[in-house]
Amino acid sequence: MTVTTALPSFDEAIATYEPVMGMEVHVELGTTTKMFCGCSTAFGGEPNSQVCPVCLGLPGSLPVVNRTAVESAIRIGLALNCSIAEWCRFARKNYFYPDMPKNFQTSQYDEPIAYDGWLDVSLGGETSETFRIGIERAHMEEDTGKSLHVGGATGRIHGASHSLLDYNRSGIPLIEIVTKPIEVPAAVAPAVAKAYVTELRELIRALGVSEARMELGQLRCDANVSLRLPGDPYGTRTETKNVNSLRSVERAVTYEIRRQAAVLSSGGTIVQETRHWHEDTGETTAGRRKEEAEDYRYFPEPDLVPIAPSREWVEELRATLPEPPSVRRARLQEAWGFTDLEMRDVVNAGALSLVFDTVAEGASAGGAKKWWLGEVARVANERGVALEDAGITPGDVARVEALIAEGSLNDKLARQVVEGVLAGEGTPDEVVAARGLVLVNDDAALGTAVDDAIAAQPDVAEKIRGGNLGAVGALIGAIMKSTKGQADAKRARELILERLQG
Amino acid sequence: MPSISREEVAHLAHLARLDLAPDELDHLAGQLDQILGAVAQVTEVAADDIPPTSHALPLTNVFREDEPRACLPAEAVLAAAPAAEDGRFRVPQILGEEQ
Amino acid sequence: MTGMSSLTRARASELATAIKNGEVSAVEVTQAHLDRIAEVDGTAEAGVHAFLHVDADGALAAAAVVDQKRAAGEELSPLAGVPLALKDVITTADMPTTAGSKILEGWRPPYDATVAQRLREAGIVILGKTNLDEFAMGSSTENSAFGPTRNPWDLTRIPGGSGGGSAAALAAYEAPLAIGTDTGGSIRQPAAVTGTVGVKPTYGGVSRYGLIACASSLDQAGPCARTVLDAALLHTVIAGHDPLDSTSIAQAVPDVVAAARRGADGDLTGLRVGVVKELGGEGYQAGVEARFNDAVALLSKLGAEVVEVSCPHFTYGLAAYYLILPSEVSSNLARFDAMRYGLRVGDDGTRSAEEVMNLTRGQGFGAEAKRRIMLGTYALSSGYYDAYYGQAQKVRTLIARDFEAAFAQVDVLVSPTTPTTAFPIGEKVDDPLAMYMNDLCTIPSNLAGNASASFPAGLADEDGLPVGLHVMAPVMADDRLYLVGAAVESAYAAQWGGTLLEQAPALEGTAQ
Ligand SMILES: [Mg+2]
Ligand SMILES: [Zn+2]
Repeated sequence: MTVTTALPSFDEAIATYEPVMGMEVHVELGTTTKMFCGCSTAFGGEPNSQVCPVCLGLPGSLPVVNRTAVESAIRIGLALNCSIAEWCRFARKNYFYPDMPKNFQTSQYDEPIAYDGWLDVSLGGETSETFRIGIERAHMEEDTGKSLHVGGATGRIHGASHSLLDYNRSGIPLIEIVTKPIEVPAAVAPAVAKAYVTELRELIRALGVSEARMELGQLRCDANVSLRLPGDPYGTRTETKNVNSLRSVERAVTYEIRRQAAVLSSGGTIVQETRHWHEDTGETTAGRRKEEAEDYRYFPEPDLVPIAPSREWVEELRATLPEPPSVRRARLQEAWGFTDLEMRDVVNAGALSLVFDTVAEGASAGGAKKWWLGEVARVANERGVALEDAGITPGDVARVEALIAEGSLNDKLARQVVEGVLAGEGTPDEVVAARGLVLVNDDAALGTAVDDAIAAQPDVAEKIRGGNLGAVGALIGAIMKSTKGQADAKRARELILERLQG
Repeated sequence: MPSISREEVAHLAHLARLDLAPDELDHLAGQLDQILGAVAQVTEVAADDIPPTSHALPLTNVFREDEPRACLPAEAVLAAAPAAEDGRFRVPQILGEEQ
Repeated sequence: MTGMSSLTRARASELATAIKNGEVSAVEVTQAHLDRIAEVDGTAEAGVHAFLHVDADGALAAAAVVDQKRAAGEELSPLAGVPLALKDVITTADMPTTAGSKILEGWRPPYDATVAQRLREAGIVILGKTNLDEFAMGSSTENSAFGPTRNPWDLTRIPGGSGGGSAAALAAYEAPLAIGTDTGGSIRQPAAVTGTVGVKPTYGGVSRYGLIACASSLDQAGPCARTVLDAALLHTVIAGHDPLDSTSIAQAVPDVVAAARRGADGDLTGLRVGVVKELGGEGYQAGVEARFNDAVALLSKLGAEVVEVSCPHFTYGLAAYYLILPSEVSSNLARFDAMRYGLRVGDDGTRSAEEVMNLTRGQGFGAEAKRRIMLGTYALSSGYYDAYYGQAQKVRTLIARDFEAAFAQVDVLVSPTTPTTAFPIGEKVDDPLAMYMNDLCTIPSNLAGNASASFPAGLADEDGLPVGLHVMAPVMADDRLYLVGAAVESAYAAQWGGTLLEQAPALEGTAQ
């Protein structure tokens, strides 16, 4: 589906309208077993190999709540400054869908385990202004199975002849975190949305309850957007589903603001509907209309008993909370000597823990940052994998830095070593040995290369003799070329000057 | 006393995914109306200050530890399926979208 | 204990002792019951039709294991080798499980219910699966997709429901033990109209894991037998905490066997009995009231102190039940959607998943299942929830409070089990309101979760059919039911010269 009418620019859109946003984030918990049964949650098993009567919804089966999932929910709630319910229940959300084995989702409805909290986010950069995002609720529920659409063009649902269902994911614990309406200056709204999801992801990781990897669907985001004229009540909202990267959050919100502004300014009305986000085109398209929506017929889940977390239990869990990510970041930024911008780049790249671990292995912060955000990020991006899956460890990066520091590698060689590690050729030392990447700095070998370079370029040599030190670079370039980059540039310079000025 | 229309019954049948023949729909509409009329007496009795009871017994906090249990073999699970393909349940084309 | 007919007429406790003592083998006992089933059970068209599936090979194999254990000198559990009929709403890995529904025809579960597992561990021999109203919804077993079960007292009449198959199997001497499930009276009402014993334990007393849900907050599996002691022995096998059922009670099971033995002495001195004022009068058959009054007089004679007790909200129990039950049913039966197991209709390559779901459910469910699914969908839908489901849950609170107040005054409550004796097959099949009245007395205990039972109390004068005495005890006081039941049973045995069932007309060879 393509948009035929030209959209106003973002700036044009917000010149007239104010956006109001609401974010719904689903986090898959990293528990060993599912929410209501003892099946493994491990990723990537053979289809339907991690199922049992409970998560298949077989007749007669009954759910039993995973204690660790409840603890994770409470810890997330506490970290989001929420109140923890004294008493709450699961409810059944009834609707038919083939990837949902019971045709109801066991979820929480009007009694969430955590409610009424907040999370502060800042955009970094020059403005260090903080935005407080209100948290409406965080509740527990279960994931659905996965369908594979067969016979259509692209594995999409439309045009498929039939579908194949795998229930390995069915019943994996989810925490759904819903914000209160987010009202921030229009100009920063998309950036705040992105910053919120980024901050939430860091928080979830710091809690250790999930790896929160968006590319694996461990953290999924739905973005609600509505527009209004300043002073008006809230407008009709749309819900853009499955916005599954940080960059997409910002882009999808921006697009939806522009699209709604176009509709409203041409006299149209916004339809309450879900919308699909298309990463490739950067557009959203219409999905299910809310007036056609199912009546979910929620009622308390009779197969599960209420949860009444004692205050002692809640306090025990509170004591396990890690340092809040914003505090930790400020502390690390100071220790590492990064500017706000540098720190934001590290965080946005999802490299904070990697840099931290690399520094812990002995590297300098600047060196660690350079590799993770440079060479490793480039390769990870090409392969469409996360940084931590690119094939290099913080220990490897630290070793490369150490080789540079001891003078065994220069930058150029180090880059080749990192490339080799990323290509699966082994540890940095193995790559150095296998590729023969050793800096040439013994005076005999280097001296020959220097003499050859001087002989080849007498005019340049003459300039240097005349005191023009800027010309030294040209000779070093030639030396590097003849030694295939393995010359120690510093020593080469010394030898040139010895011969021409000594 | 409720009076439930044929349209309302048809809507309920859609929500419940029940394909009903027209005469079945009419017959059910009459019976539902009759039953709802009879059970409507619950609205007469309980006052606002009465808490609802969803569970017969006042149990709370029943949990299991996060420890794995054996799963079913995929073959056993798929053996009962009306249709299977590639280790998965084969179902007709899905038109609606996920909620 | 040698004749085949004496084997099928024997009590479970007697059979177990005979097997233990080597007077008879478990295989012989099992074969005698299989022969009896072959003789009287018949088909959907004629005979008792208590069974939907008979597993002769499996039963004989299980019996042989018991005989081997005995031969090896191993200790046998108290009911080892005794045959049992299992209601076909409990999953079994080695037999089909249909819940009486076409939508599950031929389904073989990949797992055993906890109850089934406990029966097997106790060496009890499962003969097969018994008929029921579809998904345990009904009071006559006429709602089975596989044809009705007939009452062994009179094959033109209903055996009660939903557990009509289990009760009829006992009354026809096809099995000395059976398992039922009770959501609104489905163990007790069939027991009453077939002259047998049926106990609904305290909710949470017996695991529901593997019990195909009708209404989760009301369902409870329980023992069915011809005598009170046999029921108590079976109760002990199946009851107790199960970590797979979150609503299962993690406490010791009351000693129901000791209570049954104590009750058999016939002394109820010191027991306070409350007659529920609201469960009687208009709408109750004269013969039922007469036998109930006799039973109350008997309780006094046995030393109990009998008083009248008012439970004013019981009157609203039926209405609350017919909102709560269908609501849970509409959700519990949603999983039968033709995708993963069971029936699939209309998958011709052109229809969508949703169309196939609609067609399958439209054709796979019977009339009563559809009525209740529709009713529950209505009661839960937005705009009606508060007025119907919400109000019904408040009534549930009021009924629980009535019980609480009553049990502060008395140890047990009594009423007739059902307002009428067994009615003719077909009489109420399309009159849901008339059918629902059968459960008037039994429903309050399901709503409140307390223990209740039905015991034989004689025959109604006008039709010569069995009447049940309904006894209700507080939560986790199931032993009181057995105390009262055994006392009444032994007093009546003295009066009648045997069990009530022995007065039933002969059923020999009706299957031919
Ligand atoms: Mg949700
Ligand atoms: Zn499972």
